[in-house]
Amino acid sequence: MTPASELSPSPGALAPPRGDKSQAIGTYALRLGDDALVLAQRMGEWVASAPQLEEDVALANIGLDLLGQARSLLTYAGTQLPHPDGSPRTEDDLAYLRDERDWTNVQLVELADDGDFGACIARLLVFSTWQHELYAALTSSTDDTLAAVAAKAVKEVAYHRDHATQWVLRLGDGTDESHRRMQDALDTRWPHVDELFETDDLVRELDAGVAVDPATLREPVLAYVTAVIEQATLDVPEPAVRHTGGRRGVHTEQFGYLLAEMQRLARSHVGATW
Amino acid sequence: MSADPGTQRDWPLWEVFVRSRRGLSHGHVGSLHAPDAEMALRNARDIYTRRQEGVSIWVVPADAISASSPDEKDAFFDPAADKVYRHPTFYTVPDGVKHL
Repeated sequence: MTPASELSPSPGALAPPRGDKSQAIGTYALRLGDDALVLAQRMGEWVASAPQLEEDVALANIGLDLLGQARSLLTYAGTQLPHPDGSPRTEDDLAYLRDERDWTNVQLVELADDGDFGACIARLLVFSTWQHELYAALTSSTDDTLAAVAAKAVKEVAYHRDHATQWVLRLGDGTDESHRRMQDALDTRWPHVDELFETDDLVRELDAGVAVDPATLREPVLAYVTAVIEQATLDVPEPAVRHTGGRRGVHTEQFGYLLAEMQRLARSHVGATW
Repeated sequence: MSADPGTQRDWPLWEVFVRSRRGLSHGHVGSLHAPDAEMALRNARDIYTRRQEGVSIWVVPADAISASSPDEKDAFFDPAADKVYRHPTFYTVPDGVKHL
């Protein structure tokens, strides 16, 4: 079966994997960059819509931290996944000119909040905890660039995790309504949590010491998250369904709308600068 | 005007004091809303120190601060106006003294 991306290649479409090492490192960096960029976009949607002005600033700050991580990771990915003529893909090529099937972020980061602050915080709790464990491990990567990006980012995501923790505790252990809505938010996010811990051929292909095997993150991430949820008098959901596929370019319906908004300007005015 | 606590949407006001890298004491930088002290500290970090303005933050409930009244300004401050001898302006500072 031919992947959709090969039937109608988009300008930013990536060549099929060649199996060499730089291709694998580039693809790995791209995954982490896609995660950060897509969540940055979701956090940005809260500006002027958060419960309080102070929270607008906090969520925007978190989004900007993620955007910074995405820029470093996509720039690095672009040098490892060059255009056919050998020139590096820029961060903008990768951010604005790839179609949905070429994005390799996990589905958790693309889910829309639809104005539900609890949903935003539930996702941030799991994802920032995951990123914190990931980056902490990645600081000892044998790839110098990945290690440097991780060393800077790990301090940022420690704060994101703290922010999410504070809110889950307050909402879970708050009023009856905040407790119910925080539990609902956890329940809607949980079918997408397992995908964070999936190992696949790419991770196995990379030399040990370059990438972090997501499976090793399951225990520390769930330990932290469970402790917070229980302290907040909430229950860790046990979803009947588990969704996956983001790393292979399979995304939720909500993702198309996010990309359309994010890419519209760059695609409508090709080459525009400001 | 003020709703009962169960439906009140506004968080209490906090005054924020930041100690900058350069100075030795905390200075007042502004105020913000937060549900409690821990969140006030975090909000202060986001709002007042995101450009590396500080190394330490205090937050104080605004209603815990007792302020001098503008009506008492004359009694409080004017008597100091004609006591020039309280200012260290009557001797010269030696050349070697810095940070004064």
